Amino acid sequence: MSGAISRDEVAKVARLARLTLSETELETFTEQLGQILEHARDMNSLDLTGVAATAHPFGITNVVRDDVVTASLDRDTVLAMAPDVRDHRFAVPRILGEAP
Amino acid sequence: MTLPTNWEMVVGLEVHTELLTKSKLFCGCANNFGSEPNTNICPVCLGLPGSLPVLNREAVEFAMRIGMALRCTIAPSTFHRKNYFYPDQSKDYQISQYDLPINAGGYLDLPDGSRVSIERAHMEEDTGKSTHLGGSGRLAGADSSLVDYNRCGVPLVEIVSGPDIRSAAQARVYAQELRAILIATGASDGRLEEGSMRFDANVSVRRSGEPLGTRCEIKNLNSLRSLQRAIDYEALRQIELIGDGGVVRQETRHWDENVGETSTLRVKEDADDYRYFRDPDLVDLAPDQDWQDRVRAALPPMPAQRRGEVVALLASPTEAQLDAVEVVIDLGLEKYVHAVAAAAGDAALALSRAANEIAADIDHVDRLTTEAFATTVAMEQRGELSATQAKTVLASLLDQGGDPRSIAAALGFEQLSADSLGATVASLIEEHPDEWQRYREGDDKLAQFFIGQVMKVTKGQANGKAVIGELQARR
Repeated sequence: MSGAISRDEVAKVARLARLTLSETELETFTEQLGQILEHARDMNSLDLTGVAATAHPFGITNVVRDDVVTASLDRDTVLAMAPDVRDHRFAVPRILGEAP
Repeated sequence: MTLPTNWEMVVGLEVHTELLTKSKLFCGCANNFGSEPNTNICPVCLGLPGSLPVLNREAVEFAMRIGMALRCTIAPSTFHRKNYFYPDQSKDYQISQYDLPINAGGYLDLPDGSRVSIERAHMEEDTGKSTHLGGSGRLAGADSSLVDYNRCGVPLVEIVSGPDIRSAAQARVYAQELRAILIATGASDGRLEEGSMRFDANVSVRRSGEPLGTRCEIKNLNSLRSLQRAIDYEALRQIELIGDGGVVRQETRHWDENVGETSTLRVKEDADDYRYFRDPDLVDLAPDQDWQDRVRAALPPMPAQRRGEVVALLASPTEAQLDAVEVVIDLGLEKYVHAVAAAAGDAALALSRAANEIAADIDHVDRLTTEAFATTVAMEQRGELSATQAKTVLASLLDQGGDPRSIAAALGFEQLSADSLGATVASLIEEHPDEWQRYREGDDKLAQFFIGQVMKVTKGQANGKAVIGELQARR
């Protein structure tokens, strides 16, 4: 049967994730991702009539916390880890286009 | 503005509002506008490895309030990651609600009687704030960008209307009414200028009776004026384009308020493939009936009802009075008007004093009790205080609180109206015998002359009605 994922689809996913893959890597990952998806396809052989979809491995809902302010990180400590800082802000290469 | 004959615009709005929680949506950093840059950030809102988000209960309740006010169904919901590369999110995804929003299927009735459907009102986190250096200020011209993550993770609700709006003016009214509702729920401060409420508009055009046209989404609408102008501009642009044989492309467009035009930002393509998937760190949100009931019980009355209750106190409201009602509802001042009405006072006068004098010093409104306000209005109504004096007393009450009678006495207002007004009028009559003679002979216009003279002498502290009383007593 044809693979669970095509080479083009892998290339697209890589592009969306800003990954540059060589031709060889593209082959390798198409193969490997295909195997993972094939494995998941095994579920299709089961009769799941009447079984509710599982949204999360824990069957719990409404995990919330109180609206209380807690300490934030020290700004100097955080900014010291940034590659570039100006005016106490993270400096990044100029942005082309607006936020999605 | 009217469109060419046989053309119709179809508009839907997406409105983002920040919620007035103390802390952020998924972490305990302060949700505070105007803090020093990057002082309200932590491993969770920065998306550092190993950090885990935990949902803020208050944000959920505000979202439910908004949904209830918009007659939505509160439904079990989930959180997804919206993946994209842009420095306004350091973790490269935004946590949002996707196919299962907390609120769905509601509506908003506008004061003009029209109804706009609400498709959904879902929760999501806000992004950081970018400042763009160099160039003209537009992003494309910037040399580099500076990012402040204080806003990153601030709770938002995005309210998506159905494509039910048919004019830019209606869009504006919808936005105004929605803003009033958001303020009334306590979920938002509605401050457009601080960006705590933001608009995106989806605009398409069609000839009457035709199916929906291709829509464009307009971003960067930060005021009601921008919203209205941009929609009108965009509808006309599309009609012109089609008229010239062109085709509208589905795209995102940027509104430039200075130029008064929209321009292409990006064409919808790969960039919109956000690879949404469920955030594995967050479990389902499914408020049970009990939780919903508690939130609903605490929901204050909405603007439409409150507006109606104030208007009902007026005999035949003028346009100016209806405007004053808007101000009073917007600022939550109607309790002052109701206090006066409850004491059988002049509601119209109370409305005017609330919409002008209280509104002028709204930051100190807590110092003014409804009793002190009602007493002041009653004193003005009885002529013990002139309009100017009443305004002065209200300003003083807002400034330092206290008792209106003591304030009036301390300022010498009561003495003026009781004793010295008569003396002032008497001496002015002596000074202007000709005018007095004509007044006595029935020329009532001269009353205005004497009132003017009295105001000059008393520096505006006299009561016009009281002056006429003094004049008539001597006529």
